[in-house]
Amino acid sequence: MEDTTTREAAWTRPPGGPHRQTVRLRVDGRDRTLEADTRTSLLDALRDGLGVMSPKKGCDHGQCGACTVLLDGSRSLACLSLAVAVDGSEVTTAAGLPTDGHLHPVQQAFLDADGLQCGYCTPGQVCSAIGVLAEAAAGHPSHVTADLDADVVLDAAEVSERMSGNLCRCGAYVGITEAVLRCASDAAASAASDPAAGGAR
Amino acid sequence: MTLQADPPSSPAIGADLERLDGALKVTGTAPYAYEQPVEDPVFLQVVQSTIARGRITAVDTAEAEALPGVLLVLTHENARRVASTDDLEFAVLQEPDVAYRGQVVGAVVAEDAETARQAAALVRLTYDEQPHRVILDATSTHPDSPDLYKPAAVNPSFETDTEQGDVEAGLAGAATWVDVRLSTAWLNNNPLEPHTTVARSHGGALTVHDSTQGVHTVKGTLATVLGLPGEQVRVLSPYVGGGFGSKGNPHPHEVVVCLAALALPGRWVKYAATRQQMFAFTGYRTPTVQRVRLGADADGHLVAVSHDAVSQTATVKEFAEQTAVVSRLMYGSPNIRTTHRLAVIDVPIPSWMRAPGECPGMFGLEVAMDELAVAAGLDPVELRVRNDPPVDPETGKPWGQRHLVECLREGAERFGWAGRDPRPRQRLVDGWWVGTGVASSVYPAMSMPGNEARITALDDGCLEVGIGAADIGTGAWTALSQIAADALGVGVERIRLRIGDSDLPNASVAGGSSGTSSWGAAIVGAAGAFRVQHGARPAPGASTTAGMLDVPGADDVAQYSFGAQFAEVRVHADTGEVRVPRLLGVFSVGRIVNPRTARSQFLGAMTMGMSMALHEQSVVDPRFGHVVNHDLAEYHITANADVVDLQAHWLDERDAHRNPMGTRGIGEIGIVGTAAAVVNAAHHATGVRVRDLPVTADKFL
Ligand code: FES
Ligand code: FES
Repeated sequence: MEDTTTREAAWTRPPGGPHRQTVRLRVDGRDRTLEADTRTSLLDALRDGLGVMSPKKGCDHGQCGACTVLLDGSRSLACLSLAVAVDGSEVTTAAGLPTDGHLHPVQQAFLDADGLQCGYCTPGQVCSAIGVLAEAAAGHPSHVTADLDADVVLDAAEVSERMSGNLCRCGAYVGITEAVLRCASDAAASAASDPAAGGAR
Repeated sequence: MTLQADPPSSPAIGADLERLDGALKVTGTAPYAYEQPVEDPVFLQVVQSTIARGRITAVDTAEAEALPGVLLVLTHENARRVASTDDLEFAVLQEPDVAYRGQVVGAVVAEDAETARQAAALVRLTYDEQPHRVILDATSTHPDSPDLYKPAAVNPSFETDTEQGDVEAGLAGAATWVDVRLSTAWLNNNPLEPHTTVARSHGGALTVHDSTQGVHTVKGTLATVLGLPGEQVRVLSPYVGGGFGSKGNPHPHEVVVCLAALALPGRWVKYAATRQQMFAFTGYRTPTVQRVRLGADADGHLVAVSHDAVSQTATVKEFAEQTAVVSRLMYGSPNIRTTHRLAVIDVPIPSWMRAPGECPGMFGLEVAMDELAVAAGLDPVELRVRNDPPVDPETGKPWGQRHLVECLREGAERFGWAGRDPRPRQRLVDGWWVGTGVASSVYPAMSMPGNEARITALDDGCLEVGIGAADIGTGAWTALSQIAADALGVGVERIRLRIGDSDLPNASVAGGSSGTSSWGAAIVGAAGAFRVQHGARPAPGASTTAGMLDVPGADDVAQYSFGAQFAEVRVHADTGEVRVPRLLGVFSVGRIVNPRTARSQFLGAMTMGMSMALHEQSVVDPRFGHVVNHDLAEYHITANADVVDLQAHWLDERDAHRNPMGTRGIGEIGIVGTAAAVVNAAHHATGVRVRDLPVTADKFL
């Protein structure tokens, strides 16, 4: 893991602004603490405060999805939360998804389907995809779901709709949709073979 | 280590290799410029002009400077003088003049980003505001229009006007003719990674982490502008979150960050543009107004092609989009005329955006071709086939490979074009008018001079290959490794590629779809020299730096890539909503180095072309001079749900004319012609001809 002492030092200097508060977060499995300006977004707290650069800043206004993380397990735009408001939360970024040196299946699927080019939207797309799979498994309908009472089946239209909050200027949508569909069918297959396992992580 | 003979028995070129930087990117750990680990950084925010033209008459920085945590406030009154004002884009904070709204007129550096932003808002500037003009409202595209001027050349160095034969006589004698006026919108590149510069001055030397398509370009500009010896400036950019041309040249923020770094020696100064700022000073595609006149004889052969293009430029610096250049070579005709004129207005400086020239120009020409096909009662594929010229109409040179007809035929086959009812407004399905359309694509094959690569044998049996190239999402990390592996006769896993550092041998910009061809040729040249110098069993430490070899006769043929794009469009009969359920492209681009990353490039460019067709338009407020929809909620780009059935195919080719790999470049051709295919399909669906982009719902109601 990266050494963040130098970056944390920047925050312990005499405060630049009048409003500072201690914020505690669990980030990618590690407990972290920082002194944050109360105006600091979760995204800036992660990037500038803790040196956790995996979530990206594409717009800072909740319009692009590049900053998507899993906040207490649900996909969330880190630029739209103030760090002080999520004190005590658990944050998982795309950097925290691999286990034992192996990419998360969704990450591997993005590589296999080449669902990326420049990669700047990609960590957000990956976190969002994990959110989509979990939401579908939990039965959340979308704008294109025809039957609101039936189980959600993730087809291309469902995936495209649910992933549309994550913009990709490189236009990697074909690969992104393909990657999420592959994960959805893998999840469906493993749920069929092991009903107790469920479809979501 | 033993190098196998060249060419290898199972080449890496052509292999469907996973992106070598992919694992870093899916975890978000590839360090983009802002993410480079730097110690104890400080944060810069720029101050932008709030008028479109005039002068700053008073500066009050007291309040900003008084804010705790503020380290520096820079304006034209106290900024270091630059060494060169030859390029006024980079003469930042030198004069009180304001030439466009949003111009960088100050900067604040503070211990944290929030304070910098707050302090920037506290810098008080007083202006003497002058009347401005910010809208390209070319009432005439006539080359003699008094509002317009004729630039000396168009981007980068094409002739401004050309005339072969007599267009007016050709039109007068034509059996069928069309006279079409069209326009394309002001478009902003909007790479998802903001333009970013992180710089430190240390012992007189400047280290710059920059989000750029060319480290050597930025290094050269900064050295010239700041008056530093070249060896004192190092620019690094190993990972870039997209560029699409706007990061092909530096912009004012690079200079401003370096001015601040020089004023705060030892401190890393960090700056990432906000999305809003990216609509003001990081480059954009000029809007265009075009008049295209085409005449055909009774057999559908073109007897006249006339293309007049008007675009805008800034008062600070000229940029002349080469919109009409495509009409010089695309189709054969005895009479071809092209002109370019500029309106100089109080706007930010236009610059490169993916396929500058070809992209807007082929919109004009290919919509006009469709209108001619309709007027002549000819199938639009057939019209294009009939006018395929045997040699380059402009130069008379033979084509290197002109496979437009093959692309049209294969695309028609794959798309299911045969038997298409040509009549517009005939197919109403579930409340949607349905239609299909086609357009051609073209892009020149370019290679840039001056590239070099360094090959070094490492202790672990691997070979380091270094060149200051950039991967802006193109796949250069992977493709260049594949090229190096074949040239050196080792597996890709034995190549240690290094790019994105101006301390590496010189590389040209990632632009003009020339990167892989230019850098790859340098790597092949260096590999050959390495083999000659060090043999098949190089000792660790053996190193050679060399560049590309000349390809004899390269300039004796006209080298272009071609393509054909087919679109299905649905327009809702009641609401006018426009959808593109199918888009299919077939391209002739020379050899494909990596089919996986190449496919993504084609699809990505077609997606951006669809975006230009349906969504993109920067709307400028004539009163204030700024782009009002300057964020990603209001400047719409294609989202995932816009893309339904999108396919890219290519011909199996190898082009021996330009470089040893047989490549021609693929990054831009996919955006050329897309918008025309969509407009043509929308006409076929509805009978409504949209000549002004984007194709929005209101245009059908
Ligand atoms: S940076 Fe958060 S949505 Fe764009
Ligand atoms: S991969 Fe570049 S923005 Fe999505």
